[in-house]
Amino acid sequence: MSERENIFGRIREALRVQAPIPGAHAASNGTPKAHTVSEAEAAKHIPEWLPPVGETFEQRVELFRANALDLKAEFHLLNGPSEMEDHLRGLAATEGWRKVATHSGELTDRACAALGLPLITTDANYDVRELESCDVGISQCEALIAQTGSVLVSSRSSGGRALSILPPHHLVLARRDQLVPDLPTAFALLKSKYQSDYPSLISFITGPSRTGDIERILVLGAHGPKKLTILSI
Amino acid sequence: MSAASQQFKHDAERLTHDLRHRLLIQTALKKYEVARDSKKSRYQDWQSARQTAAEIKWDAVNHLDTYLEEFASKLEARGAHVHWASTSEQARQIILGIVREKNARSIIKSKVMTGEEIHLNEALEKAGLTVVESDFGEYIVQLRREAPYHFVFPAMHLVRGEISELFEEKLGSKPTNDPEELMMIARGILRNKYITADIGITGANFAIAETGMISITENEGNARLTCALPKVHIALMGIEKVLPKLEDLALFMPMLATAGAGQALTGYNSLYAGPRQPGEPDGPDEFHLVLLDNQRTHLLADAEQRDALHCIRCGACLNVCPIFKNIGGHAYGTTYQGPIGSVITPHFRGLQDWKHLSGASSLCGACTEACPVKIDLHHHLLQSRRNAMARYPVWWERLAFKGFAFLVNHPVLAGLAPPLARVAQRFHPLIKRTPLDPARPWTRSRELPQVAKQTFKEFWRSRKR
Amino acid sequence: MKITLFIPCFVDMCYPHVGVSIVQILERLGHEIDYPEELACCGQPAFNSGYWNETRPIAERVLKRLKDAEVVVIASGSCGAMLKKFYPELFATTAHAGAANELAARCYEFSDFLVTRLGVTDLGAHFPHRVTFHDGCHGLRELGNKKQPRELLAKVRGLDLVEMSEAETCCGFGGMFSTKFPMISTAMGEVKCTSALETGAEYVVSNDASCNMHIQGLADRQRLSLRTIHLAEVLNSR
Repeated sequence: MSERENIFGRIREALRVQAPIPGAHAASNGTPKAHTVSEAEAAKHIPEWLPPVGETFEQRVELFRANALDLKAEFHLLNGPSEMEDHLRGLAATEGWRKVATHSGELTDRACAALGLPLITTDANYDVRELESCDVGISQCEALIAQTGSVLVSSRSSGGRALSILPPHHLVLARRDQLVPDLPTAFALLKSKYQSDYPSLISFITGPSRTGDIERILVLGAHGPKKLTILSI
Repeated sequence: MSAASQQFKHDAERLTHDLRHRLLIQTALKKYEVARDSKKSRYQDWQSARQTAAEIKWDAVNHLDTYLEEFASKLEARGAHVHWASTSEQARQIILGIVREKNARSIIKSKVMTGEEIHLNEALEKAGLTVVESDFGEYIVQLRREAPYHFVFPAMHLVRGEISELFEEKLGSKPTNDPEELMMIARGILRNKYITADIGITGANFAIAETGMISITENEGNARLTCALPKVHIALMGIEKVLPKLEDLALFMPMLATAGAGQALTGYNSLYAGPRQPGEPDGPDEFHLVLLDNQRTHLLADAEQRDALHCIRCGACLNVCPIFKNIGGHAYGTTYQGPIGSVITPHFRGLQDWKHLSGASSLCGACTEACPVKIDLHHHLLQSRRNAMARYPVWWERLAFKGFAFLVNHPVLAGLAPPLARVAQRFHPLIKRTPLDPARPWTRSRELPQVAKQTFKEFWRSRKR
Repeated sequence: MKITLFIPCFVDMCYPHVGVSIVQILERLGHEIDYPEELACCGQPAFNSGYWNETRPIAERVLKRLKDAEVVVIASGSCGAMLKKFYPELFATTAHAGAANELAARCYEFSDFLVTRLGVTDLGAHFPHRVTFHDGCHGLRELGNKKQPRELLAKVRGLDLVEMSEAETCCGFGGMFSTKFPMISTAMGEVKCTSALETGAEYVVSNDASCNMHIQGLADRQRLSLRTIHLAEVLNSR
């Protein structure tokens, strides 16, 4: 018998006795609640319990903006690709970028053309040490999530696994229509886009890298990027 | 009393006298509470969210065979290797096997509590490998050669002065009081380790059956790097971590962050569906997932306490536990501290040696109240006491309670207690706080109440006349 | 109505004035009191120590005596929880399961009885002092009695209630825990005392005399200027 079979054997044996359904023990007022576990029912209500999100784009963008501020991520709502190019050139000058890492994509291609800086791309095999020495990693994304101020990236849409985590500054280029209201919507989007052929990495990035390990004091730039900039175009 | 029990009593006693330590944890946990309450208040209905999370976990654990099967097959379909370990030893051997096959020299790890559970680092180091912890808190306790203090905040017990001294000693760095500078020292060293490591080892917070993915929650980005750069990725995970559907994460990711760290979401919540797929430019060529039982099926078989397997390892129960707040994490002497640790450790490591943990609680219930998946923690501690006394009764204690029951059920005898107590009270000052004092456990730190001149029963009887 | 009173062992022996206050309050409200003198204990010490078999003889006698009680009012949160929540656990798979569940429905901790069952919050009490309230864990979490004591205190003339930051934190008594792990128990009590002192309150009010026993015992040993008092005594002050 393989270990797998041993484990499954013990699981099945254990599960012959049913465990009480949670919340059946008692609600806080002392009366037991009768409950039937219906997962579809339960899942339907999740958006009602998580923090509320507005209905309109304006409300959602404001929520995203507020979240980003709270998270110490930079967020700019721009009007079109030429504003994006201007903004990037400005950033490059202020921050003193010498080398840029990116992947090919509709927005990233334009961005890099506008910057005209030495760059490496992570579309095919690349040298990790070269990536490590870049000042900024510029990527596209799967979505921006208003509810949490998150950037949803994947190894297929955002230049692989390392681009959005190794350089000290991660800059995200997103289209306006990529702003989704909440987490349930984000998961639905992934499902419908990829069916079951998923990228090997999907990541919800919520703010720059951080740690509170020293006396619960917040420090940014633990291992991942210290700076996260999000441009919505 | 087992050795573990004696050690616990000794350490707990010592730590209650360490006022600096008590103040340090209580201050840190106060900050957590403030942050948590602000994030909780943003939910429209936190209590309903808890109930749903509890039900989803109930479904997952009570159909564990179905979901594990689905999860493993979907993950394998994408080229991952799934290994099954019944025991710690088997898990260590599996991992050592992979490591040797790859001729690996250096390993980078992100936080793996199951790794602590099976003493993985020791085994790897004995086999001649260099293992580096990349999580900042874990890195610190690894340098100090001590166990994590709290399974979410491993270095919670240290102040920056101590960390600076540690770095000066072990890394030759300059002294500094600035948390950011301390972070940069570690970051600088670890950066190269990610790039040069042969193997990356991680844990997993959740496993999604529907899509065959593992999910890792973190703030620092060290797990992202551990899964991006080395050529081989090994993930170690308890079998109970399975969730049925991808969208369950829409609830679990925020609740884990809120309950665990007082954050709306942690910095990185990442899903790994296998090794790098065709067309992807980077990522590990091989992905191995090691599934660990290690007595989880034993806990599964205890239907009364089965919901302890719903645990998402958020640490909320530790953070609110008044015992934890006064003795800290190391006193427990276990991989998992606090209320959840006290519930599961007797199942994982044996009731006989670890039953004292369920006794070291006032059963206040703050843990059960805090648990995002509604595990009935404090009642399980009570049940563990019952189970322990059924299997390992303390004969004189049982005799004493039998005597007590007899007394209570015979009012004439019980009526002798107050006059006798009044007499004893008069002589008590002679022996108070001395080794002869039967009430010494109480009187060593507190005054005893006085027996009333007229008990309530005596008052009632006098009223009737 | 005829109210059957359940008086915890330590209230009987050491804090009888708590019981006396309850009797006076309920009689003033026009009710008849039935007190089963032969019941000395709810059995919680044995139960919490894990000796459930040794607890059943005690609990069975309580069940029997209270079978015909119209309503049972319990003078503490911990005994209240024992009768209302834990007796059903204790007897779950036995012949007494029905009786235990049935009794539970008729049990009320004192403050809960006044507010929820009788709908009374103003007892005409006068207690011109600054106080803070300690929520005993059983009453708070097993029985859910957070609001009731406060609604009652709000109607006491002259009373100034200041909440302490650690109001809901366990005082450290925990029954046998206080003697099995005395120093952890003491440390927890110190946190409670410090928090109470920070409010500047003259009195710590609780609806659990066992918590008061522990807090007062600690305060007296450390010579802290803290006085504990039971909710019933405050409500009976004129």
